[in-house]
Amino acid sequence: MNQVPALVRVFAYLSLLTVGGGMAAFPAMKVQTVDVHRWLTFPQLIHMYSVGQMAPGPNMMMIVTIGSWAGGVLGAAAVVLAFFGPTAILAFIVARLWKKLERWPWRTSIQQGLAPVSIGLLLAGCFTMARGAIFGVETAAIAVGVLLVLLQYKINPALLVMGGALIGVLTLSPK
Amino acid sequence: MSDAAAGADLQSAASTAPAVAEVSIGQIFLEFLIIGATSFGGVVPYLRGSLVTKRHWIDDKEFVEMLSISQSLPGLNATNMAVLVGEKLRGALGSIAAIIAICLPGGLLMYFIGNFYRIHGDHLWITAALKGVAAAAVGLILSTVVGLSKKSLANKFDFFFMALTVVAVNRLHQSVPRTLIVVGVLAILFHRPRKEQNESAAL
Repeated sequence: MNQVPALVRVFAYLSLLTVGGGMAAFPAMKVQTVDVHRWLTFPQLIHMYSVGQMAPGPNMMMIVTIGSWAGGVLGAAAVVLAFFGPTAILAFIVARLWKKLERWPWRTSIQQGLAPVSIGLLLAGCFTMARGAIFGVETAAIAVGVLLVLLQYKINPALLVMGGALIGVLTLSPK
Repeated sequence: MSDAAAGADLQSAASTAPAVAEVSIGQIFLEFLIIGATSFGGVVPYLRGSLVTKRHWIDDKEFVEMLSISQSLPGLNATNMAVLVGEKLRGALGSIAAIIAICLPGGLLMYFIGNFYRIHGDHLWITAALKGVAAAAVGLILSTVVGLSKKSLANKFDFFFMALTVVAVNRLHQSVPRTLIVVGVLAILFHRPRKEQNESAAL
């Protein structure tokens, strides 16, 4: 069955939810890709999202994985276009209009108002993900450890995520 | 709006910026391809290092302004920045070259990793490693939340709007767009332009 139209619909919709970052769309992505369309399982979604944090470039390239599983190479390409196209066009239009908007008093209001909402969406996405990623002492300790290290030191987060993999192998693998 | 008018706007804006030699589409593509292939752990510092420090295509003030536009629009910072910088350098074609180039390396990588995972993902060691990776990613997102909160939450009402957003999505199971529109509009109205700000802005 051809999944490409559904992939385009879902990822174009998710695209517009990524206010403040890709994680803002995570709760909706879980519902659409896992519950509604069953392109992958919740653990698989969490795994690919997390692995995607180690890849270079925009941190949501894991959408390619979902696209390719559901629709092959064509699905992967369709997902990228659908996910990045709408926001790219919007950014392009705003880039052209921005100088004119500089004096518009609501511009600051929108920026100030969207800041707490976008941080809230980020946190909500984080909680959705934590429900599938944090179980037991080891995983909680890894998450808290990474948080504390990042708050304290300037260190490349990709290295810490790799460190998480190592600790995972050492502590979580079957005895 | 015609392209000519936009071009004139940009030129008058660029007159205060340092003079930049014409940048070719190929150069834009190559530079963003390098950023896309090397930016492990977050794109923003790599963008700044490359575009501001190394190439001098934009100055620091423009970079910060473009970043703040990127953050208040839907879309990822990385791709929005690519569109904005590409537009500034070479218009629509510049934007298209930049966004394709920055996505290409990570996209190809995730295509191959995804297929590998589909075949070998249930291997015990890989499952164990991925559990650790996912837990670490949760910590990483939390640190982003803390960092952003310190930078952009000004008062206790902002924390209220943030908490309201979390409760609406996680507890009340409201959809993200509905939450975004309702809480977003409330927060924007709360931060509406005041009289005295208008006057000081007009001066």
